[in-house]
Amino acid sequence: MYVFLCIVSFISVFPLYWMVSAATNKSADVISGRLIPGGYFMENLNNLLAAQNIGRAFGNSFKYAAILTIVSLLVSSLAGYGFEIFHDKGKDLLMSIILLAMMVPFVATMIPLFQMCSKAGWLNTTIGFILPTISTPFLIMMFRQSARSFPHDIMEAARIDGLSEIRIFFQMFIPTMRSTYAAAMTITFMNAWNSYLWPKVIMTDSTSQTMPMVVANLTEGYVTDYGMLMLAVLICTLPTAVVFFCLQNAFAEGITGAVK
Amino acid sequence: MSKSKKMTLSKKQNLTGWVFLAPGAFLIFIMSFVPMFRALLLSFKSGIGANMKWSGISNYVRMFQDTVFVQSIKNTFFYLIIQVPVMLILALILASILNNKDLRFKGLFRTMIFLPCATSLVAYAIIFRSLFANNGLVNLLLVNLGILDQPYAFLTNTTSARIVIIIALLWRWTGYNMVFYLSGLQNIEYSVYEAAKIDGASAVQSFFKITVPLLKPTILLTAIMSTNGTLQLFDESVNLTSGGPANTSITMSHYIYDMSFKYVPNFGYAAAMSFLILVLVAVLAFLQMKVGDKRD
Repeated sequence: MYVFLCIVSFISVFPLYWMVSAATNKSADVISGRLIPGGYFMENLNNLLAAQNIGRAFGNSFKYAAILTIVSLLVSSLAGYGFEIFHDKGKDLLMSIILLAMMVPFVATMIPLFQMCSKAGWLNTTIGFILPTISTPFLIMMFRQSARSFPHDIMEAARIDGLSEIRIFFQMFIPTMRSTYAAAMTITFMNAWNSYLWPKVIMTDSTSQTMPMVVANLTEGYVTDYGMLMLAVLICTLPTAVVFFCLQNAFAEGITGAVK
Repeated sequence: MSKSKKMTLSKKQNLTGWVFLAPGAFLIFIMSFVPMFRALLLSFKSGIGANMKWSGISNYVRMFQDTVFVQSIKNTFFYLIIQVPVMLILALILASILNNKDLRFKGLFRTMIFLPCATSLVAYAIIFRSLFANNGLVNLLLVNLGILDQPYAFLTNTTSARIVIIIALLWRWTGYNMVFYLSGLQNIEYSVYEAAKIDGASAVQSFFKITVPLLKPTILLTAIMSTNGTLQLFDESVNLTSGGPANTSITMSHYIYDMSFKYVPNFGYAAAMSFLILVLVAVLAFLQMKVGDKRD
């Protein structure tokens, strides 16, 4: 059993280790199979900065992902809260219709969305990037599920004390549901950072390209500089890895909520 | 009198609820359902760029005569049929091993197996492309071990290119599904397993008699999610194999993208192809739910 777990863990971790070690080695050393970190990191970084505008792409990706995460968490949690706390027949029916949207594959809406964005002048803009995924059925469902455990009597007490509904949401619900927000944040930020198809469609201008797009551009040449390429991949992975490590437990908890 | 006051209060609350959920619900309608219907309309038109004319079902007829598209359907189903069951079974086995109370270093193993999920899809596709390249580490290892005489072109041979995509997918997503199962397993009292053990059930027996039946809703959820994801594969096909060799590993989404944005844009035809994916997703999800219900 331990042997099996060790093999699986090794396979899981090895490509990532190889990525890190390759990022610090010369391309020729990577090809000859060097597996220990080397001292070629700065050269790779300089080559990379010369080849692509990584700083700008990183900044773009971060801006798009951060704004999307904030707006999406606000809109989806408001909706999930509204669906659960004030639920009645009409809202429950609407919720099941919204859940159907989960089944709609993105490619099936991509072309009309592109036409809409291009008509509205939203190509190469943050609003174009975030609009299709601000509100997702998955997040609404997650917040609806967690609102179920929000104690009703505390809310009644707050109402009697004259707290408005919107203040109950901001001052009581958000602080109580911190772990759900953390999980939602992890999921939304990672998805936004990693998204590739939609930015590829609407970011037609090289100045608004995202990190994954720029990294993918690097593979287009005939000869691959593995050291530089793996450094780019590493930089592209870093933000999601940081979010992942900070919020790993919250993520697992959030999923537990969704599965229940 | 108090009754009428209560009515207005509940009416007011009802309205508040609608205000809370309105932005989210509205965005889903505008960004999901409306484009879906517009894609359906578009699929009955043909033409280039802005010059679109009604053309009946000609796009749908063309779709099944388009050898590349038919190939992309076959490829996508090849990935679906092999990768999804292997991944889900592997994830289930890993989750039930990690659920063992006596296991040591549990958190460490869980983190390591879940780690691939931290990488972006483009990033891991490029890592695997580099590992399986002609001058990549896998070939180097196989040649040095004497298994191969010379490097094998994994990414430019049809079968091996598809298998590399499946290996990459397994690597990226097994840990993700495992976390769902681990969460599901927390809802099962551990004493059930202990009781089964006392009654003489083997690990394999309790896996099939306790874990699988009790996790059924989670298994159904992950099966539907993975099917949905596999039918929409894009990043891997683009960045790992570039759809090659000769389109034999291209996925449906990749071909639709090329049709819409890489070649001369043909939105009507691309919309028709994307609608087929929508129908496939719906049909497969429906079938899975049916099968999931029957075993009760």
